[in-house]
Amino acid sequence: MTDEKKVDQTTSKKVDQMTSKEKILSISDLSISFKTALGSVDAIRGVNLDLHRGETLAVVGESGSGKSVTMKAVMGILSSNGVVNSGKIDFNYSDAGEEMAVDILTLSKKYMRSHINGKHIAMIFQDPMTSLNPTMTIGAQIMEGMIWHKKANKREAKKRALELLELVGITDAEKRMKNYPHQLSGGMRQRVVIAIALACNPDLLICDEPTTALDVTIQAKILELIKDIQREMNISVIYITHDLGVVAKVADYVAVMYAGKIVEKGTVDEVFYDPRHPYTWGLLSAMPDLDTFDDKLYTIPGSPPNLSHKVEGDAFASRNIYALNIDKRLEPPMFKITETHYAATWLLHENAPKVEMPSALKERIDRMLKEANENGE
Amino acid sequence: MENREPLLDVKNLKQFFKISKKYTVKAVNGVSFNIFPGETYGLVGESGSGKSTIGRSIIRLYDPTAGHITFDGVDISGKLSAEEEQHLRINMQMIFQDPMASLNPRRKVLDIIAQGLDVHHLFTSKKEREEKVYQILEKVGLSREHATRYPHQFSGGQRQRIGIARALIMNPKLIIADEAISALDVSIQAQVVNLMKEIQQETNIAFLFIAHDLSMVKYISDRIGVLHLGYLLETGTKEEIFSNPIHPYTRSLLSAIPLSNPRVEKHRTSESYDYETSGIDYAKGESQHIGGSHYVHATAEELKSWVSPR
Repeated sequence: MTDEKKVDQTTSKKVDQMTSKEKILSISDLSISFKTALGSVDAIRGVNLDLHRGETLAVVGESGSGKSVTMKAVMGILSSNGVVNSGKIDFNYSDAGEEMAVDILTLSKKYMRSHINGKHIAMIFQDPMTSLNPTMTIGAQIMEGMIWHKKANKREAKKRALELLELVGITDAEKRMKNYPHQLSGGMRQRVVIAIALACNPDLLICDEPTTALDVTIQAKILELIKDIQREMNISVIYITHDLGVVAKVADYVAVMYAGKIVEKGTVDEVFYDPRHPYTWGLLSAMPDLDTFDDKLYTIPGSPPNLSHKVEGDAFASRNIYALNIDKRLEPPMFKITETHYAATWLLHENAPKVEMPSALKERIDRMLKEANENGE
Repeated sequence: MENREPLLDVKNLKQFFKISKKYTVKAVNGVSFNIFPGETYGLVGESGSGKSTIGRSIIRLYDPTAGHITFDGVDISGKLSAEEEQHLRINMQMIFQDPMASLNPRRKVLDIIAQGLDVHHLFTSKKEREEKVYQILEKVGLSREHATRYPHQFSGGQRQRIGIARALIMNPKLIIADEAISALDVSIQAQVVNLMKEIQQETNIAFLFIAHDLSMVKYISDRIGVLHLGYLLETGTKEEIFSNPIHPYTRSLLSAIPLSNPRVEKHRTSESYDYETSGIDYAKGESQHIGGSHYVHATAEELKSWVSPR
């Protein structure tokens, strides 16, 4: 069977009837384990996520929560000891005018590499120095993808590369094309990486901590740049980050991950102003805001569970001061709060005792809302 | 505050690196500031601004090109006598950014932490040495069982605690923390910062906190210095800097901090600052007093133009 046959082609446009928004990515019930010398590690334990065209999703969580692994699965670049236990990743894109719908998990690595990666899904990594090739000029690196995927000739590719460099705010593009990565500053390098990612007009852009290695001033610039380009080209963007300030700046939707599961998801307003999961409370409280003058920052007690052991009940229970008895036995399902807002905690069950978020956090949210209102919202 | 003797006094520090006959990198170009006992001074700036170089010059990993550094009443910027060196090496310690890279992977935690004691022969018996390590481990929130393990057996936050324990065991007066929490997760950052604050209250240690995360710097520091291209552009208490930033660079830096308030943040764009097109020449500027401990590096005309429009 050739790779092409595996792709079922649909000519009808996949449109979500309810919202009339085009669904571009839909992850359902994804679960992934890694085989290690110390047994199997259940890194992803049932993830459900949807993303529409032109929207921005931010996935937040501590290291080891599975946010990067999920995105690697979307790119089809899981390391060789990773096993997909169940789930589907549906990706809709248009190729040469044809609407395509594929389940990424059924595609071969080779097919992903030649048809999807770089062409329809592009990724920006944390450290620009390690994602660029030090022995190639940046011009050659930007042109590489276009020549490979779009069969562009050198002249077209060069013209487009110059446009891209200008788009990402690099002046003197003609000269810069001949530079090597080490001749550029960190911010410049990340701009080049963005230019490479955009070279083939991707439908989906995944940014894995795109600004963590950069300075604040440059960070703001890069985020604003990605936002502008997204609006211009109508692409969907997924951010993987643990910086809630970045999330607030760029995201439409937020998914909070903990121990391989999404524990809360919703619009950015819902998650920041009306968080329901105790873990989200902890994350929001741990962040110093510029008005914090308390003696101590809030910390979430304990450390994340070891996923090489089977998780009984709610994975967050042992660190949760609001944990109920049922948390130790049964894993909470996703409770629906609004059409877009979901959280996985038994506290939302109708029989659960009424628990309010910590008062310090409540005060902070009230202050944030007041500030937002003052700024003419 | 004025009556106290500063623990560390840096005057007009210059640190140049000669790359070739024609080319010299002026990493730090005439920086002055001081730190009082029990105080935390935060140095912020972008990469290449010279903030790490200052830390390394102060602890004498480099020989300063010019200027004076007085630490605990002793000038440590010139050639050091054996005695002075001993004093410096005991009383000033450093915590590094990446705990995995700064801890020897082949040594047990006990030996890593006790290395300073070994070098300076600060114990009389093997038992005393172990006891000292156990005490420090408990102080930083680890237990004595951890002493026989190797660095790779710890999580990132725990490793940084080992780095802090290694600095603390010498009972120093000043700790230089060079991006000590940048490599850690948000929730772990909070734990390490809380630990540093607790220790400071207990022992009256002074910290030189070098970082680029301004919200954390604001939280932990008493006073802040803003560096750019080797010049200290603005220094003052955190209230002075955050409520009344004068220098355009400081203002752009503050405007770039992402706030965790989506409705506000979505509509905010950062102020841009480009040294080359701004027409500001750092070399011409001098330290101008604004009030209190607030100083700005500028010429008189520049200062006037920054202050007057508001």
